[in-house]
Order: sequence, then C-alpha cells, then structure tokens
Amino acid sequence: MKTTVAVIDYGMGNLHSASKALEHVAPDATVVVTADSDTILAADRVVFPGVGAIRDCVGEIRRLGLDQVVAEAIQQKPFLAICVGMQSMMSHSEENDGVDCLDMFDGNVSFFGEALTDTNGQLLKVPHMGWNQVSQVQAKHPLWKGIDDNSRFYFVHSYYVSVKDPTLVAGQCEYGFPFTSVIAKDNIFAVQFHPEKSQHAGLKLLGNFMNWDGQS
Amino acid sequence: MGLAKRIIPCLDVDNGRVVKGVQFVDIRDAGDPVEIARRYDEQGADEITFLDITATHEGRATTVKTVEKMASEVFIPLTVGGGIRELEDIRRMLNAGADKIAINSAAVFNPEFVGEAAAKFGSQCIVVAIDAKCVSAEGEVPRWEIFTHGGRKPTGIDAVEWAKKMVAYGAGEILLTSMDRDGTKNGFDLDVTSAISESVHVPIIASGGVGNLQHLADGVTKGKADAVLAASIFHFGEYTVQEAKQFMAGQGIEMRL
Repeated sequence: MKTTVAVIDYGMGNLHSASKALEHVAPDATVVVTADSDTILAADRVVFPGVGAIRDCVGEIRRLGLDQVVAEAIQQKPFLAICVGMQSMMSHSEENDGVDCLDMFDGNVSFFGEALTDTNGQLLKVPHMGWNQVSQVQAKHPLWKGIDDNSRFYFVHSYYVSVKDPTLVAGQCEYGFPFTSVIAKDNIFAVQFHPEKSQHAGLKLLGNFMNWDGQS
Repeated sequence: MGLAKRIIPCLDVDNGRVVKGVQFVDIRDAGDPVEIARRYDEQGADEITFLDITATHEGRATTVKTVEKMASEVFIPLTVGGGIRELEDIRRMLNAGADKIAINSAAVFNPEFVGEAAAKFGSQCIVVAIDAKCVSAEGEVPRWEIFTHGGRKPTGIDAVEWAKKMVAYGAGEILLTSMDRDGTKNGFDLDVTSAISESVHVPIIASGGVGNLQHLADGVTKGKADAVLAASIFHFGEYTVQEAKQFMAGQGIEMRL
C-alpha cells in the first residue's frame, strides 16, 4: 500500500529540501507539506522539521494548534523530528532568553558557548556547522540499518539537546564535549542533524524511516 | 574525530547558465548548473555555492527555477548569493530550496538588513560575503578594507572590524574573498583569512586565489578557515573534489571522505 508522509509546515524556513529528499528516497510515497491537523493525523508517518529561532518556532507551533497534533501523532505513528523540531520537543531551551518548549521529553536545550575549544585548545566555531560523525548508541535501531557507525551527517546549530533519561540516546557527537545528537523512543526518532542535507547517509536514514513500522 | 573542514565548489550562474567556463571531459552540457552541481555532489563536495550574477528581472525567475531543480537533485547544503537585497529575495530563495543565503553589497549599504534577515530566518542561514583588499603599504601593519562592485569601489571600512560587526548583527558564517587574489591562482590571502577567523566565533569560508591543492590545505592550516571555496580548479577538471579531500586529509586535516 502506498504510504503517506506528512511534513509539518508551521511556516518556518525551508521545507522544500525535506520533502524533495523524501520523494527521492520513496518515489511511490505521497509526501504532503501541511499545517492541517486532519491531514497530519491521517498520514502514515510524520516528519517534524524546523529551522530558525526556537521562540518563533514554538510560538507558531502553538498558535497553529500543532502542539496538540504532534502530541497525538507521537502516540501513534512513525515520527521523525529534525533539528529545531527535535529541540522543540524538549522541556526548555535557553535560546532567546529562555523558552518553554513542548515538553514531550524531559530535557533541555543549551548553548554551546563562545569559548568552546577542542582537546588541543583550538577554538571551535559556533554555530556547529558542517559534517560531524555520529556514533550510534542504539546501534540495532532500524533507522541505523545500512549506515556505518560514525558516518558523517550535516549539522548547523548553536544549541544542543540533553535528555534526563540516558536510555533515550540513540546517537552521540563530539564538539568540544560529547552531546546527544539523536534520541529514540518507541515510534519516535529525533535527530539534530539534517538528514535531507546529508547525502548518502542522510538519504539512507530517510529511506529507513519511510520503511519503518515504528518498532525499535 | 570531530567536525570536518569543508570543500565548497562555487558556480557563477548567469541567466540559468554557468559562466566562467566548466570543462569536464565527459559532461554533456558544460553550462547546466544542475548537472555540474550533481557532478560535484558525486565527487563528495560538502556544499555547493551558487552565485547568481544575473542582471535582469526575467533572469531572476530563471534563477529560482534553477535553484529549485538543484535542490531537488542534490542533497547537500546549497548557498545562494548575488543580488540579495530584500527579505523577500531571501524568502524566495529559501522556498526554492536554498539552505543559506549570502548577502554582500546590501549589507554594506544597510547593515540592519543582516540583523533583520537573521531575526526573520535565523543566523544559521545568513552568510555575509566580504570582499576584502589589502590597503596597507609594504612594511606597514597589514590592513584590509572591504570593497563593493566586484572589488572596484572602496568603502573605507576595515575588513576585520566589519566581520565582527556582521557577526554581532547575526551573520552565521562569513564568506571571505580576497580581491587581491581572486583569479590569480596564487593561493588565498592567508593573513586576512586568519585575522578574521581569529576575530569572530562563526565559521569562515576562504575564497579567492586557489590554484592548487596545497592552497586549499593552507587555507585551513594557516588561514584557520573552516571551509574553502574554489571554482576554476574544479571546473577545468584539474582536480576532482575527492582528490582535493584526499590531499587535505593527507596533511592531517579532518575531512569527510
């Protein structure tokens, strides 16, 4: 049966790449970019992207009533959150002088800091921008299938997520210190990087998502 | 283990066609930006920069279509620059599939524009392009100023101070081109690159002057750049992006291979 994936559109930034990448990996699927709650809840799977500042993102999500839709969707179907989508699912972010987020995971979003250095004392630039290696923590997770451990994915962010429950961590990265770049719980997979911009590894992950039954 | 340095091939596009010549031996149409971008993607480019030099209004519509097509086929980050003057220009390019937008002259005429753009779309997608030229005499402490109009018009603005100001306004990345070196094949201006890279906390892309692979490596090791941009050495098939990456990795630079 033809699968339908809804890409949640709350009016922030570029959803073209995410939808095109999904069409590319699943040519038979129906990809809809939408803010309509019925369409989102009727889809077989949901992608929750996000770029930009957290206050505006969370503000728009709430204004459009999409917080309720996300809360419902994550109970039911394969759900992939990307970048600010992932961050907005935490309890709180320190971006924009502190923003209460959707609180779907007990966790915080913190700033990397401007005095970040590597082990040799070299200054690390913020935003963390470019291709970094992701070490797979829940290595048997279906979304990691066919992707080498420590493959590089494309990141662009100045804030990072930390969750209270360590069993949620599905991928880690190193940038001045280790941080959580992927979390997974049941039918939810959330990534800090941009799979839609991460060439082979990213497309593989999206392909895995399109075939995923939501079991981990 | 950690973040890789990036290689960014740059395409100058006029009215939907790549100019400045691209000569791959086995390419069907050397002027098609989408086909060329796909080629660089296959070679392992970390990003693509698309510099629109189209002058006409009609040509701009072509640019949007080209960006759309490129973003539908190439799944690495895409920066679009050239003629970005208003928030609407940025929105149009982001909607077409660009990931980052490079602002050049408009920032000089109105620095607030960078602030507005960053507030609206997020710093992560705002690249400020700086064209710098050395203005100090030999023997003096080196000093660079920013120039507009393709390096013809001096502004009297100090390049290092300008970079700091642009970051304060919300630039998420700086694309630094040395007007002294652009087109010379003598290598990046490493002094201005490191001076700016060490003055700001955002990533710096070095541009202008690459003639061989050692120049790319020097941009990172001596110029302290986070990414290196080049056009002709890749366009003329002298080196593939993959060869460049292997070379840089051989000098101990962290690369995505």
